[in-house]
Amino acid sequence: MGERKVTVKLEKLNKVYDGQNHVVKDLDLEVYEGEFLTLLGSSGCGKTTTLRMIAGFETPTGGNVYVEGENMENREPYERNVNTVFQSYALFPHMTVFDNVAYGLTIRKVKKQEIRERVLHMLELVQLGGFEKRYPSQLSGGQKQRVAIARALINRPRVLLLDEPLGALDLKLRKQMQLELKRLQRKLNITFIYVTHDQEEALTMSDRIAIMRDGVLEQVGTPLEIYENPATRFVATFIGETNLFEGYISSKKGEEMTVTVEPGMIRACGTGFREREMVAVSVRPERMKFSSVPVEGFTISGEIREQIYAGSVLKTIVVLPNGNEVRIERLSSEELPKSGRVYLYWNKGDEKLLHSLDDVFFDAVENVKMA
Amino acid sequence: MKTEKKDMAAALPMVGPVTLWLLFFVALPLIFVAVISFCSIDQNYNIQFQFTLENYRRLFDASYLQIYAQSFLIAALTTVLCILLGYPFAFLIARTFPKRKAPLYMLVIIPFWTNSLIRIYGWRSFLGTNGWLNSLLQALHLTDTPVDFLFHQGTTVLGMVYCLFPFMVLPLYTAIEKLDQSLLEASSDLGAKGPVTFFRVVLPLTASGIFSGSIMVFIPCLGFFYVSDILGGGNADVIGNLIERQFQSGNNWPLGAALSIILIVITLLLVKLYQKCGGSMESLGV
Repeated sequence: MGERKVTVKLEKLNKVYDGQNHVVKDLDLEVYEGEFLTLLGSSGCGKTTTLRMIAGFETPTGGNVYVEGENMENREPYERNVNTVFQSYALFPHMTVFDNVAYGLTIRKVKKQEIRERVLHMLELVQLGGFEKRYPSQLSGGQKQRVAIARALINRPRVLLLDEPLGALDLKLRKQMQLELKRLQRKLNITFIYVTHDQEEALTMSDRIAIMRDGVLEQVGTPLEIYENPATRFVATFIGETNLFEGYISSKKGEEMTVTVEPGMIRACGTGFREREMVAVSVRPERMKFSSVPVEGFTISGEIREQIYAGSVLKTIVVLPNGNEVRIERLSSEELPKSGRVYLYWNKGDEKLLHSLDDVFFDAVENVKMA
Repeated sequence: MKTEKKDMAAALPMVGPVTLWLLFFVALPLIFVAVISFCSIDQNYNIQFQFTLENYRRLFDASYLQIYAQSFLIAALTTVLCILLGYPFAFLIARTFPKRKAPLYMLVIIPFWTNSLIRIYGWRSFLGTNGWLNSLLQALHLTDTPVDFLFHQGTTVLGMVYCLFPFMVLPLYTAIEKLDQSLLEASSDLGAKGPVTFFRVVLPLTASGIFSGSIMVFIPCLGFFYVSDILGGGNADVIGNLIERQFQSGNNWPLGAALSIILIVITLLLVKLYQKCGGSMESLGV
């Protein structure tokens, strides 16, 4: 496979509100053709602002947005081959479903007959056949959402921007719409840039996830990469459940390290770490093991507080002497201690060693030292 | 049933005074006007309680019909001008400078607190042959003889627009402010330039404001006799002038009463039409 074609490119993108509120900081990102990319982050991290800059509703304070290699600077939203699905749906209340969906085509002065065919086809595609004469006020939340998607997709945009489109729907409908959106995206082969704060949604739908925090991209990768190989402490805790052990590197032999944490010693490996450095060790609950006898390289132990049988998995909560809880998920079929003191361990490489302090902070400390 | 009676008894101290007020100051005068509109007068213009339809017949005199037409024309012109001036202004307050809402709003409201009769006299001295405007024009040698600004239909319309402008701006402002910003963004996102968005999205969604504003401007125009008196000087009479004249100089109360009744009927018909077209009574402040 050759180089993948880049559809959207963000270059050193910045947004500052009122000269002081820096919401997006030096954002660099490439989104490929036909890709489903999710901008994931908690509210106020700058993900929606980034999306709005791609759409053209916000002007970047610095940096550039490219769509298919063309610089979008000074291009109004109506001059961009990009469409948006709004969080609030933003359907025109005075128009029928048909007129809403036809809006973009009517403005482009497409022939009436063609508009009719394309609108009806589009409504079929989002499973709203027969709804064309209704008004938005006569639709349920899920139906409105479908109309909003149809209204955007009918223009055959190069990129579809979706701003938390499922936020207002109930859980069951949301799950169903997630699959439908994914199906639509594959079928039409349009680049989707999807904004959400729901990590599960991001994991289910995305080809790649870009995790944002405080206006900065923390990590960009496939759901698997991000889950298995979080780049930062923030990503490790933000995506999925994890157990974090805080401590420092007490000895180091090449990649092999011993980390001293509050409740004991841990064996871990990683590159780019210094001796005595403060680190965090992240271990997913399903990678965590426990035994009634000590295991070489590990000296952390605790008491089993609770064991919950959840079908195929057995969830165990172990309390460490410092009061921290460790969550463990093992297959129910395994032979496991039921209570009492247990020793925690895991297979080599199942842990993820992370810098405890943000790089930014670390650099700052280094600078102070040098000064 | 029993509790209902009890509730009514409890509500009486609150509702009672209002009911009495309405009875004495609204219902009774109206009935009085209705009754005398069917009365005749003797040679000395005294009201005779003798049933006649003569007053109503006279309402269809050609000279009166002409005044009705003129009233409607003046009211329509005033309404259109109020929309044309009020819409951009309301848009400006609601959308463009929402942070400067208060001072802009005050520009409309503060003159509104001053008695409109005084303000209309202000216009008269401003526009008169010895007024400021003419002095200015002569000082600048733009004209040698004073220009007759006063006593035209146009001057009357100017005064009406001036007085009724707030009644247009307030409902427009409410309608425009309610407009969801994301609808404008969606329209632009779907390829519409500013004017297209305006005519296809903004205008239809704020039509209710235009509608209620129009009702609140058009109806008072028909009765604003002192504006046309002071600025129109008899060249721009509205229905209100006819009524005023019958009660004052004409001293023909039954005819004035019949004219009043016809004005009330016209008003009710217009409000009915407004309701029929989907206008809400709430936005008229009812």
